[in-house]
Amino acid sequence: MDSNLKKMLEQKARDIRVDIINMLCAAGSGHPGGSLSIADIFSYLYFSGILNIDPADPGKENRDRVVLSKGHACPVLYATLAMKGYFDRSELKTLRKYGSILQGHPDMNKTPGVDISTGSLGQGLSCAVGMALGAKLDKNDIKVFAIVGDGECDEGQIWEAVMSASHYRLDNLIAIVDLNGLQIDGFTKDIMDTSPMAEKWSSFGWKTFEIDGHNYDMIEEAVKKGISVKGKPVCIIARTTKGKGVAFMENICDWHGTAPDKEQKEKAISDINKACL
Amino acid sequence: MINSDIKNLLNSSNGKKIATRAAYGSALAELGEVNEDIVVLDCDLSKSTKTSLFAEKFPERFFNFGVAESNMMSAAAGFATMGKIPFVSTFSVFASKRACDQVSISVAYPGLNVKICATHSGITVGEDGATHQAIEDVAIMRSIPGIKVFSPADATETKKVIEKIIDLKGPCYVRLCRGSVPVIFNDDYEFEIGKGIKIMEGDSATIVAAGFTTHIAIEAAKKLEDEGIEVDLINMASIKPIDENIVVESAKKTGLVVTVEDHNVIGGLGSAVCELLCAKNPARVIRLGVQDKFGTSGDPSVLVSAYGFDSDSIASAVKENLRYK
Ligand SMILES: Cc1ncc(C[n+]2csc(CCOP(=O)(O)OP(=O)(O)O)c2C)c(N)n1
Ligand SMILES: [Mg+2]
Repeated sequence: MDSNLKKMLEQKARDIRVDIINMLCAAGSGHPGGSLSIADIFSYLYFSGILNIDPADPGKENRDRVVLSKGHACPVLYATLAMKGYFDRSELKTLRKYGSILQGHPDMNKTPGVDISTGSLGQGLSCAVGMALGAKLDKNDIKVFAIVGDGECDEGQIWEAVMSASHYRLDNLIAIVDLNGLQIDGFTKDIMDTSPMAEKWSSFGWKTFEIDGHNYDMIEEAVKKGISVKGKPVCIIARTTKGKGVAFMENICDWHGTAPDKEQKEKAISDINKACL
Repeated sequence: MINSDIKNLLNSSNGKKIATRAAYGSALAELGEVNEDIVVLDCDLSKSTKTSLFAEKFPERFFNFGVAESNMMSAAAGFATMGKIPFVSTFSVFASKRACDQVSISVAYPGLNVKICATHSGITVGEDGATHQAIEDVAIMRSIPGIKVFSPADATETKKVIEKIIDLKGPCYVRLCRGSVPVIFNDDYEFEIGKGIKIMEGDSATIVAAGFTTHIAIEAAKKLEDEGIEVDLINMASIKPIDENIVVESAKKTGLVVTVEDHNVIGGLGSAVCELLCAKNPARVIRLGVQDKFGTSGDPSVLVSAYGFDSDSIASAVKENLRYK
């Protein structure tokens, strides 16, 4: 990857992470761990120019679609959309409050830039399948990205979606699995072992790429190669660290769904700025 | 039976407040000692549903199914056929909607002995928003043949319900809540399936509440009492089977019924009360609760007011409708 682009994406990811921490602290509840783990992927998707989208026209007809199937990680989506200009950044501090456009889980009717409502795990990938099928029907050459959690892959519906996507040869669909190794009750290997992840998807007929989800070169390569794959859907298995960028949250189960208090917020922000220098 | 300090309970800051889900977890951990047939199933939410309290003591009888509610529900049916007493827990939205067909076909149709104890019911879940706020669970469970539906109002009643359903042969649904509520009942209170209990008495109107809304209704009844309006306040933990007698007798006396539920007014407690009164003793019934719309993110108490079932809304509903009697 071009080094200037990489620098820019790294800076965007830092800003996204800081906004995630700030908004969660202001909300007093929400999900930091799984938001931080995919911040680099969001930075790449929204700021590398790979997506055909227009913040000034969120409903643009031939736009690419992004489905946050693991909807609880919406702080990363909201921070990114605000930074991209879909709505004013001042909205971020209203997260989870009564009357806010930023609901506890993504609401396509309230938040500009959100392509589908999610929050009940397992459903988003099926919605993405429907979008990809709809686009094909219209000979509409768009891409559909779906971000799926590794705990979310416990849901049977995920595998129904996986099967149907390859059945219909949805080469316009790219799933990204945020393989951070944690769910709520503990490590995925202890709660419900979904390994080997890549083998599962490929045995269902998907082209798979395994990458480090914090490495921009690898993210770019996998997404670009993924877009050019023909005849089958693509799954990018992104190994990540839950809580990435905030040392005291990294790989700690309890930071799945706990908001930082003021003191922890300051510490977290200094961590983010330090970790990425 | 009822906390004698009930009327002061609600504003006293030192009064104990316990979430019914916490009382559920403790009750399970206690009962696990005496009944070795109890197995507990959860879907990656044991710290929230509080089945973790059982899991810590009896790890060999605790089964985490990961995020896979439909699989868990049918597996519970399988456990029941092997003579176990499965307690199945997850959030109410997932128990009632994600695993709906499994509840119906694997559990209820064969009448298997599965105890579905779901937490985080209603809009009082708060900040997580609509996707996590069960407002249809009572309607769904109530309409599945053979499933009994219980909605305990406080920690004591929760414990009593859990103790009672161990001996019940067959499926049931227990609706538990996230937020803490005052302790309304003393330890000598006995919960009975198919029975409601009068918490306050009066002739002006009948208020029927259950679960999270009972303590709000007590607050409302107190406000009314301060204005000289005395009401029957019925706590109806047993939503199915419902206590027909207590409702009919009270409605006959007062001629005005107000139901209060943290649930859609279609299909829940209010509907159950209407159904029985229509047949037995037609009366004016005002159903307070979620008026057929989705929930939203926000502080639980803000939501309760915004959705119109805070104590002021209840008191107003009573007063405004007195003139129709
Ligand atoms: C159907 C459903 N069941 C349960 C939940 C509650 N829940 C929210 S997040 C989560 C764990 C998800 O783990 P994972 O997909 O790995 O998310 P991440 O680690 O990326 O945060 C659970 C069980 C839910 N949102 N939806
Ligand atoms: Mg995970």
